[in-house]
Amino acid sequence: MKICITSQGSTLDALAEERFGRAPFFIIIDTETGSFEALENQFAGGSGGVGPKAAQILITHKVEVLVSGMVGGNAREVLQAAGMHLYVYRAGGTVRDALEQFNKKNLERVA
Amino acid sequence: MKIAVASGKGGTGKTMVAANLAFTLSRTCQVTLVDCDVEEPNLHLFFPSPVTVTDVNIAVPVIDEKTCDRCGMCGEFCQYGALTVLRDRVLFFPELCHSCGGCTLVCPKNAIHEVPKRIGAVTFATVLPHLNLITGYLDAGNPHAVPVIRAAKKMAENDNLVICDASPGTSCPVVETLENCDACILVTESTPFGRHDLALAVDVTERLGIPAGVVINRSDGQDQETLDFCANHDLDVMITIPFDRRIAAIQSKGDLLCRVRPEWQKTFCSLFDKCRTLAGGD
Repeated sequence: MKICITSQGSTLDALAEERFGRAPFFIIIDTETGSFEALENQFAGGSGGVGPKAAQILITHKVEVLVSGMVGGNAREVLQAAGMHLYVYRAGGTVRDALEQFNKKNLERVA
Repeated sequence: MKIAVASGKGGTGKTMVAANLAFTLSRTCQVTLVDCDVEEPNLHLFFPSPVTVTDVNIAVPVIDEKTCDRCGMCGEFCQYGALTVLRDRVLFFPELCHSCGGCTLVCPKNAIHEVPKRIGAVTFATVLPHLNLITGYLDAGNPHAVPVIRAAKKMAENDNLVICDASPGTSCPVVETLENCDACILVTESTPFGRHDLALAVDVTERLGIPAGVVINRSDGQDQETLDFCANHDLDVMITIPFDRRIAAIQSKGDLLCRVRPEWQKTFCSLFDKCRTLAGGD
């Protein structure tokens, strides 16, 4: 399964980013192999419509679970239509911590 | 000749200046006043009259799900995130669509056609024997002011003397209002906020290459900093309107300073003469 955690940087030790569409990086973790890749969000500085554009990136990468702080209405509609599960992480820690909290089932599922 | 009235800061008196200028000029020539503050137009409050209404539509895409094979090219093309292509369908967000029509062009299956969607209206009224008022109204909840402003201005495109009342700010709606104008009146007040936003508005008129002059409104007589700013930026202070309770009382009744106190017409005539000079006329 592929999990995406929104991030301020390109490593697991970067701080998790609370915003979805304007997150600088998407860290995509493969739970089977434990490997991850960091995708730079080219839409982070866009003037509008960044939520659906970012959602499209996740869909293209076949992500099944998104962990982020806030997901806007349009992005949420896209992600839900694509069958993605949304979990909220707003503890202000690292991507690694967000992943750990997700694995321990400590995160609230909102969609 | 087209004159825009803008300010940067809201509440400085754009509409008051536009209404009184149009009223005064209409006593000697044919004038068209265009309310380009389409998110909350208010010039009509000074000129209550029956209106004729024309809808403003934009084109939005409709996807034929049978022909579409979800190739994703439209979603990739759309810079506004209005189209998202999923495995089994395409999601469309009309409020993000800028009606560029690009999706219809890039679709290799010709599965996209456009349909009109109403976003507002333009009203037309003859409010005085020589004064027509055109008002743009953006429908509530719609984010695209620019097409409504464009439609309102288009209705006045063949008129000789047009005064366009802009919205506050310096973003797209103001730029659209200023486009093709020969001169711009910047209404300001002698406050730090007024000066700050005047500087932003001057930046816009300079970039658009539109000659601008300043009206100081609600002056308490302590305008030195504003006068210094104008001198430094080569801006003529065309007229100054005092901070006067009697003027406010006229305004608050929905009446016009130049109608109630005709001696003010001379001041507004001089404002027009200075606009003509700005525009490079005689």
